[in-house]
Amino acid sequence: MFKGLIGKKIGMTQVFDEDGVALPVTLIEAGPCYVTQIRRPEKEGYSAVQLGFEEVHPKRLTGGQLGHLKANNLPPLRFLREFRVKSPDVNIGDKITVEVFNVGERVDVIGISKGKGFQGGVKRYGFGGGPKTHGQSDRWRAPGSRGSGTTPGRVYKGARGPGHMGRVRVTAQNLKVVLVDAERNLIAVHGAVPGPKGGLVMIKEARKQ
Amino acid sequence: MSELLKAVEAPVNENIPPLRPGDVVSVHVRIKEGDRERIQEFKGTVIRLRKSGNEANFTVRRIASNGIGVERTFLLRSPRLDKVVVERHSKVRRAQLYFLRERTGKRARLKQKFD
Repeated sequence: MFKGLIGKKIGMTQVFDEDGVALPVTLIEAGPCYVTQIRRPEKEGYSAVQLGFEEVHPKRLTGGQLGHLKANNLPPLRFLREFRVKSPDVNIGDKITVEVFNVGERVDVIGISKGKGFQGGVKRYGFGGGPKTHGQSDRWRAPGSRGSGTTPGRVYKGARGPGHMGRVRVTAQNLKVVLVDAERNLIAVHGAVPGPKGGLVMIKEARKQ
Repeated sequence: MSELLKAVEAPVNENIPPLRPGDVVSVHVRIKEGDRERIQEFKGTVIRLRKSGNEANFTVRRIASNGIGVERTFLLRSPRLDKVVVERHSKVRRAQLYFLRERTGKRARLKQKFD
């Protein structure tokens, strides 16, 4: 059975399980999603399920987007995302709600992490920085050496250093589903999820169970 | 706070009266030992109350044997709390009674407030 959803991160809180233990959870308002297209190896060269999420006013979409949805009598949807699956067992137009996931199941949650801007090597890669005492000045958070000397005489490509950090696709793997509320389209997973509040996330079955 | 965040809040325990800093309380906690359940009592002074929602908690300080101070923080909405009994209120002028940590013996007393 295909399991995947698109949702919006609401924020973190804690809930109590049946033993009274407080669990840190992230709430996600997920679905209802519609199957908007099925990609098949014969046509597109790979197989995947395309889901749409969040109904909007038709004026919010371009003609092409509307046409893609209208061809299958689907409502105007703001977000379209693909889920790679081996054999799609859903049909175009199917509605997918949080009920595809059960409490206790493991899921992967994919989001775009918060952008941190241009950051130094200490924050970005955990460099140690320079000595803080013994007559040092302006060296506390310096990245240090970037490579060897005359040989090779250049910095290797991909060498770690300061630069733009965050705002990349991040997967939080193997999170336990703690709560499923079909009435409110709400799902709660144990632990943190990448991205800001209100950020778009994809929920999938866990790859490494 | 988001309405959806509020939707997952645990129900308020009706056996817990409104607490104030300085209250002398006895907290009844359910404790599971294997498959048996018993109730443990923790008696002391409320030295702080925090936040609302599911994270709401309060800290109780008591002086154990040999004058050693013991503090325990309870989650207000935890299903493990059986009940809380307020034994007396105290006259206090601040919300966090951290100054009690530096005091021992008679100096660590609070004046009772009647109402």
